[in-house]
Amino acid sequence: MNSAENNLVSAAKIDASCRVPLLALFGGAALWLVVGLLLAVLASLTFHAPEMFAHCPFATYGHLAPAANDLLVYGFAIPAGLGVLLWIFARLSQAELVLPLIPVVAANLWHLGVFIGLATILCGGSSGFTWLEFPRAAAMLLGVSFVLIAFSAVATFGQRKARELYPAHWFLLAALLWFPWIYSTANLFLVTTWPVRGVTQAIINWWFADNLIFVWLALVGVGVAFYFLPKIAGRPLHSRFYALFAFWTLILFGTWIGIPQGAPVPAWLPTTNAFASLLLVIPLIAIAVIVFKTVWGAPTVCKGGPFCYLRFGMTAFILSGLMLIASACPEHARTVEFTWFGQAQTQLQILGFFAIVIFGAIYEILPRLLDGGLPFPKFVRVQHWFFMLGTLLLVGSLAFAGVKQGRAAYDPAAAIMGLRIATMGWTFFLFGSLLFAVNIFVMTIRWKLALAKTVIAYIKSPLETSEVKP
Amino acid sequence: MRNGFAVFFAVVVALGGSWLGFVVAPTVQLGKAKQALILNSTDTWPQQRTGEATLGLQVYRANGCAACHTEQIRQDGVAAEVTLIALNKTKPEDFKAFVQSLFILPELAKVTNTLAATLNGWKGDLPTTILVTDDKAVADAMSDRLKAAGVKSETHIVATGEDIPRWGIRRSVAADFLYDFPVQLGNLRVGPDLADVGARLPDANWQLQHLYAPTLSVTNSAMPSFKFLFDVRKIGSAPSPDALNLPKQFAPADGYEVVPKLEAKELVAYLLSLRADAPLYEAPFSPITSAKP
Repeated sequence: MNSAENNLVSAAKIDASCRVPLLALFGGAALWLVVGLLLAVLASLTFHAPEMFAHCPFATYGHLAPAANDLLVYGFAIPAGLGVLLWIFARLSQAELVLPLIPVVAANLWHLGVFIGLATILCGGSSGFTWLEFPRAAAMLLGVSFVLIAFSAVATFGQRKARELYPAHWFLLAALLWFPWIYSTANLFLVTTWPVRGVTQAIINWWFADNLIFVWLALVGVGVAFYFLPKIAGRPLHSRFYALFAFWTLILFGTWIGIPQGAPVPAWLPTTNAFASLLLVIPLIAIAVIVFKTVWGAPTVCKGGPFCYLRFGMTAFILSGLMLIASACPEHARTVEFTWFGQAQTQLQILGFFAIVIFGAIYEILPRLLDGGLPFPKFVRVQHWFFMLGTLLLVGSLAFAGVKQGRAAYDPAAAIMGLRIATMGWTFFLFGSLLFAVNIFVMTIRWKLALAKTVIAYIKSPLETSEVKP
Repeated sequence: MRNGFAVFFAVVVALGGSWLGFVVAPTVQLGKAKQALILNSTDTWPQQRTGEATLGLQVYRANGCAACHTEQIRQDGVAAEVTLIALNKTKPEDFKAFVQSLFILPELAKVTNTLAATLNGWKGDLPTTILVTDDKAVADAMSDRLKAAGVKSETHIVATGEDIPRWGIRRSVAADFLYDFPVQLGNLRVGPDLADVGARLPDANWQLQHLYAPTLSVTNSAMPSFKFLFDVRKIGSAPSPDALNLPKQFAPADGYEVVPKLEAKELVAYLLSLRADAPLYEAPFSPITSAKP
C-alpha cells in the first residue's frame, strides 16, 4: 500500500463525521416543512370559508401565507440545502467534515431563528417585505448561522485532495457566497430604523426575492443535481464545458430579474428585467441539454428512488424558468402580472424543483449516515408520488387561476376554483412531507437509543481485571 | 475554473453587477427624491400622511394586507379626449353633416372611421365624447374646427389602461410612496388595487363595515373578516357614536353594539389617505383636480 492510498479517508468515516450536523439540519428542516405546509393548507382554506378565522388575529391569510412561505424557504429549503452541501463537500474533498461541532451549533441557532421569526410574523411583527418578514433578531441569527456553516463547508473544501474543482463545486460555492451578500444587503437596507426612501424599498425587495428564490435555489438545486445525476446514472456529466457555460450565464442573467413590468419605478428597471429574462433562456437550454445527455439512456432504473426525484426536479426547474420568462415578457406580463401565475412559479421553484431535488439527495445520503438505513424505505416511493401529484395540482391550478384571473380583469371570482384545487395540492405536499418526517425522526430516535445503550453498556461493564490490584 | 478564487471572482462580477444596478443605482437615483410639483399648480405632492394614517400603515403591514392587495396602478399611455359640451344653435343633424364634411381633411384621416362610428350612435345628448385619440395634434385640429363652427368643446388628457378608471385615474408613480415605510406595493391582486382607494371609496363608515363583514358590501367576497379589530359590547347609557350601523343579519344581539378598536380606525384612516389623484409631470391628466384630501 503506498502513501497516497493511506491518505484517503474511507467513505464510511466521512459519512460518520457528517452524521450529527446533517441530522440536526435535516431534522429541523423536516419539522419546519411539515409546519409550513400545515400553515399553507390553513391559509388556503380561507378561499373555502373566508369567515373561518374572523376572531383569530394570527390565523388570517395575511399572517399565515407569509409565515408558510418563510418556513418553506428559511425553515426547510436553506438548512436542507446546506446539509446536502456539507456532505457533498466532504465527499468531493475525500476528507472528513472539518469542525463538525460548528454546523451542529449553527443548525440549532438557525432553527431558533426560524422559530423566533415564525412567532413574530404570527403576532403581527412582520417587517412587511416579501421573504424578509423575519424581525432583526431572527435575521441576525440566520445570518450568523449561515456564515458559521459556510465556514465549516469552506474549511472542508480546503482539505480536498484533488485541487481541480468539479462543476458541483462552482454552483455550491457560489451559493455560499450569494446568500450572505443578498441577505445582509436586504436586511441592512430594509429591516432597519433607517430604511432607504420610497419605492427603492420595493426595488431592493424584488431584487432580493429574485436572488433568493430563483438564483440561490437554482445554484444549490442544480449543483446538487450535477453531483448526484452522474453518480446515479453511472456516467460522467455531459459536459464540463456546458456546465461552465450554464454556470456563468445563470449567474449573469438570473440576477437581473424581479421588477414587475408596470411597477412605479424608473422605466429602465423593468426594461432591464425583461431583457435579462429573455437571456435566461440560454442557461435553461444549457442545463436542459446537460441533464438530458447525462440521464438519457443510462442503465439505471428509477423505481421511485432518488433518480426519479432528481429527474422530476430538474424538469420542474426548466419549467419554472420558462414560467419566469413568460411572466417577464412585456407582451404577456400584462395578463399574468399580479395574478396567481407568479405564485405558481414561486411554488414550482421551491417545492416542484428545489424540494424534490433535495429530497432525492437526502434519500441518497440518509441510508449512508446511519447503519440501519431508512426505517420505512417504501415511503420514499410513496412520497415521490405525493410530491408529483402535489406539484401538478398546486402549480397547475394556480397557473390556471392566474391566467383566468388576468383575462377576467382581476375578477376575484375567476380564480376561486383554481385556489380550491390548490388546497388539494398543498395537502398532497403535506402528506408527502409527513412521510419524510416520520422516516427521519424514527431514524434519529433509533440512533439515539443505540447510542444510549452503548454508553450504558460501557458504564456498566466491569473494569478490566488487570487494572484491579489485589 | 480551477480554484475557489475563480468562483469568488465569478460571483463578484455577476452579483456585484446586479447589486450595483438594482440596489445602488436606484438608491442614488431616488434616494434624494423630493416632493413633486402638481401640474398647473404650486402645490407639492405627496402630502405627509396624518399621524393616524401613518399608524394605520403599520396595521396594514402587521395584518399582511399586501399579501392580497397591490398599491400600484398600471397605465398603457395617455389619450386626448375631445368632448362636445354645447351645440349652441347648431342642430345635431347639421353637426353630424358638418363633421362628415371634415373627413376629407388629411389631418383627420386617421380617425375618420372611429368618428363616423361614434356619431352614428349619437342621439344628440350632451356632453358627449366624440373623439379619443393618442395623437394630441389630431385632437387639437378637431377642436379648432369645432371652435370655428361655433360649437363648444373641451379637450382633456386622460390616462388609458386596464386599471383605469376602475381603480384610479392615473398610474402610480414613485413620488406617491415618498414617505412610506414599509412601502407596500404588493405582488398579487386577490382583491382590488388600493393605490387610489381613498379617492374611490371615501366613506369611512363603508370601510369599517367592509372590514367587519366583507360580504355585507361585496357579495361573495373572498376577503377574510377582520372582526378582531372590533369590540362587541353591551350598550351603556347611550349608544356609542362610533358604533357601526349594520343590517339585521350582520348585527350583534339586541342590546349590543359593534365598536371599532383603535387599530380599525387607524387602518381606515390609512386606507382613506391612499390617493393617486394629482396630475404630475410624469403622470399627466386633465382636468386638474385638487390634491388636497
